[in-house]
Amino acid sequence: MTANVKKNTVSVDVSRRRFVIGSATAAAGFAVGISLPLGAIQAASTQDASEEINAWVVVNEDDTVIVRVARSEMGQGTLTGLVQLVAEELACDWSNVSWEFPSPGQSLARKRPWGSFSTGGSRGIRDSHQYVREGGAVARELLIAAAAQTWNVPPAECSAENSLITHLPSGRSTTFGSVARLAATLEAPTEVTLKDPADWTIVGKPMPRLDTADKVTGALRYGADLKLPGMLHAAIHACPVHGGKRVGFDADVARSMSGVRHVLAVSDDAVAVVADSWWQAKQALATVKIDWDTGENGKVDSDSITAILKKGLDANDTFVGNSRGETLDVLKDADTVVSSEYSYPFQNHAPMEPMNATVIWTEKYCEAWVPTQNGEAALETLADAAGLFRDNCEVHKLILGGGFGRRGNHDFLVQAAQIAKQIPGTPIKLLWSREEDQLRGVYHPITRSRMTAKLNDEGLPEALHIRISGQSILHALRPPLGEPKIDEAVFQALAPEGDHAFIYGIDHFLADHAMRNTHLRPWFWRGVNINQNVFYVESFLDELAMKTGTDPLDYRRKLLRDSPEALAVLERVASNAGWGRTLPPGTGLGLALCKAFGSYVAACAEVSVVDGKLHMKKIWAATDPGYAVNPQQIAAQVSGSFVYGLSAALYAELTVKDGRVEQENFNSYPSMKIAQMPEVETDVMPSGGFWGGVGEPTIAVGAPAVLNAIYAATGVRIRDLPMKDQLSV
Amino acid sequence: MPMLSINGETVDVDVDPSTPLLWVLRDHLDMTGTKYGCGIAQCGACTIHMDGVATRCCVLPVSAATGKKITTIEGLSANGDHPVQRAWVELDTPQCGYCQPGMIMAAAALLSETPQPTDKDIDQRITNICRCGTFARVRQGIHRAAELATEVKA
Repeated sequence: MTANVKKNTVSVDVSRRRFVIGSATAAAGFAVGISLPLGAIQAASTQDASEEINAWVVVNEDDTVIVRVARSEMGQGTLTGLVQLVAEELACDWSNVSWEFPSPGQSLARKRPWGSFSTGGSRGIRDSHQYVREGGAVARELLIAAAAQTWNVPPAECSAENSLITHLPSGRSTTFGSVARLAATLEAPTEVTLKDPADWTIVGKPMPRLDTADKVTGALRYGADLKLPGMLHAAIHACPVHGGKRVGFDADVARSMSGVRHVLAVSDDAVAVVADSWWQAKQALATVKIDWDTGENGKVDSDSITAILKKGLDANDTFVGNSRGETLDVLKDADTVVSSEYSYPFQNHAPMEPMNATVIWTEKYCEAWVPTQNGEAALETLADAAGLFRDNCEVHKLILGGGFGRRGNHDFLVQAAQIAKQIPGTPIKLLWSREEDQLRGVYHPITRSRMTAKLNDEGLPEALHIRISGQSILHALRPPLGEPKIDEAVFQALAPEGDHAFIYGIDHFLADHAMRNTHLRPWFWRGVNINQNVFYVESFLDELAMKTGTDPLDYRRKLLRDSPEALAVLERVASNAGWGRTLPPGTGLGLALCKAFGSYVAACAEVSVVDGKLHMKKIWAATDPGYAVNPQQIAAQVSGSFVYGLSAALYAELTVKDGRVEQENFNSYPSMKIAQMPEVETDVMPSGGFWGGVGEPTIAVGAPAVLNAIYAATGVRIRDLPMKDQLSV
Repeated sequence: MPMLSINGETVDVDVDPSTPLLWVLRDHLDMTGTKYGCGIAQCGACTIHMDGVATRCCVLPVSAATGKKITTIEGLSANGDHPVQRAWVELDTPQCGYCQPGMIMAAAALLSETPQPTDKDIDQRITNICRCGTFARVRQGIHRAAELATEVKA
């Protein structure tokens, strides 16, 4: 019995005219790494690729089109969106389009024709729309030139539409597939004209996702599902106190257990068991007695971290991210100021597919199959861990079972390579348990904030100081943790200008950061630093509105005079939600908005609180991403953002005891289920002229909208997340 | 040597009888549509049908599955055309998709017992975790699958 793996599979066969490895269904690619020496794969990539029109587009004789996608697909829909952008300019028949992943090794061998593979920061489309559209347009021009050459007419007299090229004066036409081979031999134009967005027929339309079919039959192979010939399974346990070291271990029992092949030291902080099946490996690992040296980190707990962060609220060693006017002087001279403190906890990404990687290592080459958000970084990491030149390594990308930022960190790949290196020639699949995923995460940074304002005669903030105290992701990335320097990303949604500009018009405004790092590693977590910053700002503005007896919508309107796009999304959600209508007792509406990742987003939440129990009835959302490539997928991102963001706001908190995270699985680290999800009504309102991201911005507005609604319903202001500690959720 | 009935076929597997059915399916039979998500029956990614009942098989010893009729996502329909699967395709329900085989199996079990489920039925019976947050389309998809099933019968 085998799983039914089928369709859209592009097998690797060096005799074919093109070179593809990664594909919609990874299964067929499995054998390649084993049966072919690495050099053969790369050689294939440069030979006789005559069906390849250019790096982006392959047109087969049967008119099917394959579009290459460098960015990763983790559920966010970028794969389909990018193919839409290429297909639009290519002018091909959408129903004949499929896709494939080029590999990072191929990219390097070909001098990076696909640009960045990095998939995070809501950048998948907004950072690559230009060159992927150009890629499609170049391919179209080549196909037209080939047809024109065949007919001996000027290319300018021909046009392409729906995979058909027509010579306009004569009405003759031919298919893309008929001229593809000739097109592939022609020289690419250096300049192309892109379509006017008004003429788009594929972009901007709710095209169905290209990766759905195999996801509903179980046929899609994720990294966790890989099976290579002769493969062994590895389970791992690393020191649950980050920074702790392995002193020694006793594996006598494990070594005697059924199916166990190896018990291995990995790096200086982990032990792995390699067995015939993963369950055997995991069971055996549980019997290994490991001595840890947890050092000073083993003395850290949540209270000690909180104390350090609280001190940061009064510290003078700060980095300034945004300063206009004379904020501190105005506040110092004020008769009265308004001030509140908020806190945001550690959170884990917890994608449904636990971390995993499959690696085969020999002295000459190393290959890995990795669910990664950044294929190129994975290749660098692999080469380093394998101790081989990059040219002798390859990474095969797979569709991810969730990412949320976590899979941009390749700690699990390093471990897999280190295990594989100890068992040369044998493919090793390392799969983390859910517990390992929780304990060895890289987490949403923990921060606290003090917001201080002086109000003018209108009750609006004349001066606003946002003090943030807490972790810096970029500092943790700067090896080897040198002197702290400013982390600009800390100020997302608070910045002076750009994709994360602070949207409110306040004359005296200061955002500063007292960097306070902990031994738990911070990392990019869907939304990154907007999650806490927007929670702080939108909660505090609501407090100021309430304090001055102003309607929170009117209050924000007055501060948004110079931010028409932000005002527009706010007005839309207020209007859609019927802001101002009479509500039953115990029910309230709450607003929140921001600019983040280049887009403008707003939410209005309606909640009721009955007998202390929260019910989130409905959320109205609006998103202006400039251009909307696939409105259906944007709506899915917005709707899903409330599940991810509100799961965090309602339940998610990692607490620390004796240096280790206390929440080891979904029983203590819950996630929202269908019964808790509010109804979501999403308005995608692209105003054109810019390209904003959509995967992350909405994450940040869910929590403050709900919290402001809770206040409206109950008069209770929640300033510390998660809510579960203060309300029955 | 447990003998199992999986998707209508009888299978003989050589495993320790305490091995969870999930790992027999995945590692021994290479049926990887059934996913590992938590290992403690919290998330539902490993949902299969045992004698028609939605069951989380990450904590189900294979010995407890012998003599039962097991259906996995691979065996839910011959051509991926179970009403739930059709509804899921129609609505583009999956995002990352990793939880969806379990979600679909839970939905199919609900519909077989309650052909026209209410939203409340769905709230009570669909307790799978989806981190992408596909719930709105899961709910819509269950109602749509109920319609499709009726059309099939008509």
